Amino acid sequence: MAGKTISEKILSAKSGRNARAGDVVVCSVDHALGTDGSTPMALDYFAAMGGRRVFDPSRIVFALDHYAPAPSRATAQLHQRMRDFAALHGIELWDVGEGIGHQLMVEAGHAAPGRLVVGADSHSVTYGALNCFATGIGSSDLAAVLMCGEIWLRVPESIRVTLTGSLPGGVYAKDAALALAKVLGADGANYQALEFGGPALPSFPLDDRLVLSNFAVEMGAKNGIFDNAGLPASGAAVGPDPDAQYIREVTVSLDDLTPQVALPHQVDRVVAGTEVAGTAVQMVYLGTCTGGRVRDFHQARDVLRSGGGVARGVQLAVAPASRKVLETLTSDGTLADFIAMGAVVLTPGCGSCCGTCGAIPGDGVNVISTANRNFKGRMGNSSAAIYLASPASCAAAAVKGAIADPREFAS
Amino acid sequence: MIGRARVFGDDVNTDYIITSRRKCESLDPQVLRHYLFEEIDPAFAKSVEPGDLIVAGKNFGCGSAMEVAVTAVVGAGIPAVLARSFSRTYYRNAVNNGLMPLICDTSRVRESDRLVIAAQSVHNQTTGEIIAVERLPKIMLDIIEAGGLVPYFQRHGRFP
Repeated sequence: MAGKTISEKILSAKSGRNARAGDVVVCSVDHALGTDGSTPMALDYFAAMGGRRVFDPSRIVFALDHYAPAPSRATAQLHQRMRDFAALHGIELWDVGEGIGHQLMVEAGHAAPGRLVVGADSHSVTYGALNCFATGIGSSDLAAVLMCGEIWLRVPESIRVTLTGSLPGGVYAKDAALALAKVLGADGANYQALEFGGPALPSFPLDDRLVLSNFAVEMGAKNGIFDNAGLPASGAAVGPDPDAQYIREVTVSLDDLTPQVALPHQVDRVVAGTEVAGTAVQMVYLGTCTGGRVRDFHQARDVLRSGGGVARGVQLAVAPASRKVLETLTSDGTLADFIAMGAVVLTPGCGSCCGTCGAIPGDGVNVISTANRNFKGRMGNSSAAIYLASPASCAAAAVKGAIADPREFAS
Repeated sequence: MIGRARVFGDDVNTDYIITSRRKCESLDPQVLRHYLFEEIDPAFAKSVEPGDLIVAGKNFGCGSAMEVAVTAVVGAGIPAVLARSFSRTYYRNAVNNGLMPLICDTSRVRESDRLVIAAQSVHNQTTGEIIAVERLPKIMLDIIEAGGLVPYFQRHGRFP
């Protein structure tokens, strides 16, 4: 019998079965996240299912991140409902301003090697960076987890993604993620796992891994899981068997990468940034569960400083991924730099990325963003066009008022 | 099950099915159904009739995991979606809400074709074509046959 992939091993352990790709298994969930985008509906399902008691409140956490702060009475009431339910059942709740649930799951240590972590939000795949099986679920699935702590999952086939070399100056994990999306396409990993490994891993830090895992869903993947190589040793870490079966193998040579840009309105319409250099932008967005961590803002700030600040006519909106990120940027002076350059600072959360609140672009506006999605209407205006790029590329565009090569601003 | 084909292309994401903004206003499928596909086909919501079938290309329902993208479709009286492939979250949510996700070759189905859905095939009455359909695993069939995860849990209280 052939060996197992990391995903097959974790789902075997969580189902108590010999789980192989293609099997459908019922698994015990270690931790589940519900956001204000998905939980109110889950509470409706929970009530309709006849739910009274939450199976294990210590395994559940709610994040108020999609409507932060609430832009309307209706969304404020969704928050109230979640607060009431969490208080009644003893569920941990991250309130408005704490940040994006995915970032908080990582900061809180709920995502850890060998675990099965689900979230009622597609970007729950982010935690795969920590060697856990992490996937996005719907509201009804979350209700079932509240009821019984379990979920049905089809065991995915895995695509092995081998990372070699190291990122050149001015090129970042986001460029690797966009390059991979170009190779695989928006559904290239549909129903499948991306399993990241290779010689680059020991010097590929967690923040970079989070970007690639986060982007896994943009290729349709069920999860994007990293080998544990190079992270602090843990007895729970899971690696693949040497004879594990993969449906496909892809190599990403980090040495050969250049800055990449995804064009509107598809995440896999990716070109070298130089091909679209000079395209005017009126709004630059730094933030989200892809590009809203401390290092992302440092990289952007360095380019902005080197380039002499934000061009006239460009709105720079900044949303740290969490309160902790915001505090770090405050104490190390980065935030003051952004404010001095005219940036608009937004509440940590998801709002602008999905157009639910925050900075919404006007008609005909070109936006360049560190986010992971650029669908038409994504940021709240279907007449705007969204380009996706690394924090440094976004900052370079802010300097020039047009898409530009961040390597020109190397400090 | 017999219905009229309503044809869409590839990579129809959940924001195109129902925009994230609308669910700030209401989660009620009977409200949301009026905004179905408003970004890509503004005439759809007015012309949809109960029993219509969505027919799409590859990767239907990609993007967000938001379940209103399924419940708004169910709310419009659409019993099944046929697609060359689905995003996995849409597929899950469809099963969990009793919306039949059928994976099949949709390339020759045209707008308004009359389709008859049987256990393992779709008969296109307009063209005469019989289209093979991928079989669903047992647990998913059980959930769909129950009418979704809510009635399934009302009956069983847990997974098998």
